[in-house]
Amino acid sequence: MNRSDLPGLYIHVPFCKTKCPYCDFYSVTDTKRAVQWLSTTLMEASLYREEFPSFDSLYIGGGTPSLLGGPLLEDLLCGLRDIFRFDGGTELTMEVNPDDVTREKLALYRALGVNRISLGVQSFREDEVRFLGRRHSAKQAEEALRLIADEGFAEFGIDLIYGLPGQTLRSWRQTLRKALEHGPSHISCYQLTLEGDTPFSRMSGGGSLKLPADAIQARFSLAASETLSEAGFIHYEVSNFARGLEHLSRHNVKYWQHKPYLGLGPSAHSFRGNRRWWNARCLDEHLLKTGRGEKATGGSERLSADQMRLERLLFGFRTLWGVEMSEISGKDGQKAIDGLLTSRLVELHETRIIPTEKGYLFADGLPVMVSG
Amino acid sequence: MKHIRNFSIIAHIDHGKSTLADRLIQYTKLVDARQFRDQILDNMDIERERGITIKSQTVDLPYVDENGEEYELNLIDTPGHVDFSYEVSRALASCEGVLLLVDASQGVEAQTLGNLYAALEHNLVVIPVINKIDLPVADIERVKLEIDQELGLDPEGAILCSAKEGTGIEDIFHAVVGKIPPPEGDPEKPLTALIFDAHYDPFRGTIVSCRVFDGTVKQGDTIRLMSQGTTYRVEEVGVFRLTREPKKELTAGMVGYIIAGIKTVSDTRIGDTITLDTRPASSQLPGFKDVKPVVFSSIYPIASDDYQSLLEALEKYKLNDASLVYQKDSSAALGQGFRCGYLGLLHLEIVQERLEREFDQSIIMTAPSVQYRFYLDDGSVLDVDNPLYYPDPGTIKSSEEPYIRASILIPERYVGAVMKICMERRGVNSHLSYPTPGRVEVTFDMPLAEVIFDFYDKLKSITQGYGSFDYEITDYRESNLVKLDILVNGEKVDALSILVHRDNARERAVKVCDRLKDEIPKQQFKIAIQGAIGGKIIARSTISAYRKDVTAKCYGGDITRKRKLLEKQKKGKKRMRIVGNVEIPQSAFLAALKTDDE
Repeated sequence: MNRSDLPGLYIHVPFCKTKCPYCDFYSVTDTKRAVQWLSTTLMEASLYREEFPSFDSLYIGGGTPSLLGGPLLEDLLCGLRDIFRFDGGTELTMEVNPDDVTREKLALYRALGVNRISLGVQSFREDEVRFLGRRHSAKQAEEALRLIADEGFAEFGIDLIYGLPGQTLRSWRQTLRKALEHGPSHISCYQLTLEGDTPFSRMSGGGSLKLPADAIQARFSLAASETLSEAGFIHYEVSNFARGLEHLSRHNVKYWQHKPYLGLGPSAHSFRGNRRWWNARCLDEHLLKTGRGEKATGGSERLSADQMRLERLLFGFRTLWGVEMSEISGKDGQKAIDGLLTSRLVELHETRIIPTEKGYLFADGLPVMVSG
Repeated sequence: MKHIRNFSIIAHIDHGKSTLADRLIQYTKLVDARQFRDQILDNMDIERERGITIKSQTVDLPYVDENGEEYELNLIDTPGHVDFSYEVSRALASCEGVLLLVDASQGVEAQTLGNLYAALEHNLVVIPVINKIDLPVADIERVKLEIDQELGLDPEGAILCSAKEGTGIEDIFHAVVGKIPPPEGDPEKPLTALIFDAHYDPFRGTIVSCRVFDGTVKQGDTIRLMSQGTTYRVEEVGVFRLTREPKKELTAGMVGYIIAGIKTVSDTRIGDTITLDTRPASSQLPGFKDVKPVVFSSIYPIASDDYQSLLEALEKYKLNDASLVYQKDSSAALGQGFRCGYLGLLHLEIVQERLEREFDQSIIMTAPSVQYRFYLDDGSVLDVDNPLYYPDPGTIKSSEEPYIRASILIPERYVGAVMKICMERRGVNSHLSYPTPGRVEVTFDMPLAEVIFDFYDKLKSITQGYGSFDYEITDYRESNLVKLDILVNGEKVDALSILVHRDNARERAVKVCDRLKDEIPKQQFKIAIQGAIGGKIIARSTISAYRKDVTAKCYGGDITRKRKLLEKQKKGKKRMRIVGNVEIPQSAFLAALKTDDE
């Protein structure tokens, strides 16, 4: 946890060939506008040069960043390096879709300095991948993983989704084991949830999609912890596992430790000190404003001490760093912690209250429980 | 004095009393059209919304007839609900006549009858007015027949009116002047003035509304409130226009107000007689009663640190409502609160709503209770209106509960359904009469406890709105009472305890357990809800445990939204009460009180 306090840089690539029915990250399917997006994003970057001169992590997410062709990606990275200074050991993560992976592309990524890949596998079962509306097949994902290993990427992560209708504990464990076979340094397991105005949430509203009950979801989640910790993985955040402390996602950890970060591109969020701001969720607006040399900020907030504390509780109970005892105030808070200790939702490690595996299942509820 | 008329409008709820009052005011041009708001006399929000008058107001209408004679017509507004029947009776005692309003589409209803009887008791001239004749469903002939046969009044004298459209208003003024006699009284005799209402004014203290029968009162007089013997110096007298209009004096026959440095409304008693301290009347005016609350429930602040603020709100509220009584109460589940007594269930609802709306209090109200009477082995008698004070059952020799005589007026086709709900609610001694063909008056002796919950709503729904209901409290009768406790994970939630008839206990327990099951959110452990009498469990329900309550993602774009959700939940938690280790939301306490399934 004693990482550098250098900020992280996030680039939101707002393009997808097709939209997945569960996802509500901002993206458009008109990929022809990528060229324009690139130039305005670099203009946006230059507006923050004074405030954020250097970084030690760069995360290219989306959207589908792997849609960017070689020259565009090269322009992007070179452009960013012209504007900002990147620390020597910068973690440079690229989100990649399995069907975009080719040997050539991977070689290019390496050449451009990408040292970490996050692959959107979601499942190793064909029926599940199809259900999720992905444009790749399970077979393609396996092939992509072989290529990534062949290319010598030491740091790569696999993203999985669980809690699908009809999914069994058996099939979920199979997917987990398959993931392990490919030797990733990192695995993220996301419970399928209904987000905003997505096709899945509309289907659920209309009754044609029914997600498993919370008791089943809990078993999936515990199965993941079990299977992955047996393989030596550390469960360091509700949805994230790493093959050792040196394999955490440095960039993502910044989000959970109130470290500064800058987000560029539509819908990207930034944070510094006690201020958070975010860009409008609209490519047109983003192009228009940054094209005119303005920031495309869609909203901002300045957090009070109480809000900062509440967020520390929120992050703390979701991660293995837990919450410092001194954050818990009042008799009611103490009483609640005693209750959580008794029911083994948290453990005490010196002065920190650390969530247990069972505690992770209720992480979102704990901050309210312990604040008076 | 011969140019004064004191009258009131009496009507069943919704028959248009307030609208008619508005029309009469408009006609006299006391207020111009621009200032005019519907239901001028009902100036509380709740009154406008519910279309009922809670706090009566009086207005002095100047009227000039076609011969140029000037009159002062005192319209004494009355609350239109059975909870306030004593206030109504004092207002009627201040009048010489009434307009009896009947809805042309609804006809005569139970309260119309009750109101008529009250008016006849005071020997008032009754002028029937058929209102809402503009409605397409108006059936004037049928209503006339009912006026004749059910009320025994001359239907030919009935005035046809549409208060909404303003027709028949002139006729009403004619009738008030022509048919209602002027007041009698002697200005030279010792002062007797009847208090029929009192309001609180933050600048002037209590504004006493009164009718002077004999004598004269003016600024500087020392008055005496006869039932209490307290004396006050008169600061101002006057009459009610839409605002107060000071006068030199009030004399026999007049209706007006007295301001005399009376601090709170509770220092006065409705129905009391005002006389002069220097020259007192020999006796009080008849009919004075000290009204006692009949329904009781406790009020607790949702956040226990709001106790002081609730106390202040109650004190302020009480300034204007002498009929609410309260004292400190405390509950293991809900902390410090107040036990309150109300005139009836509507009164309870009004207090609750006004505390929440006007005084911005977030409160939990416990189940309404009547006052039960317990005869104990040691010969003592215990009146209990709070389940907390239920005596040790081993020491109870016998118990009693208050009964009412309920009178229900319905179209004949609903007799079966109405008899059924009355009997389900332990009604006995039923009696049927047929005032007009097709209509039935059903009377029942029933425990008051059976009507204080939702009897009226239920009656309305099974009779599709045609049933009307009136009651008076008659006596105490022997009853087999038990205390029903509700336990959450084995802990008794004292605020949910109720006293019930043994035969009803099980059914009530099952309902409360089911409702709580729906209202208490899942927690990380299983929650058992039980209904028990003594140590015996008679009903139970279970809330299964939550197994997972966490969202998958928490990255840059998720944090603000997640924190806002937590902030909202934190606020919501303030509205929760913790019993043992279970968080119970306020809504659960409220829902547990409802007996009906909506």
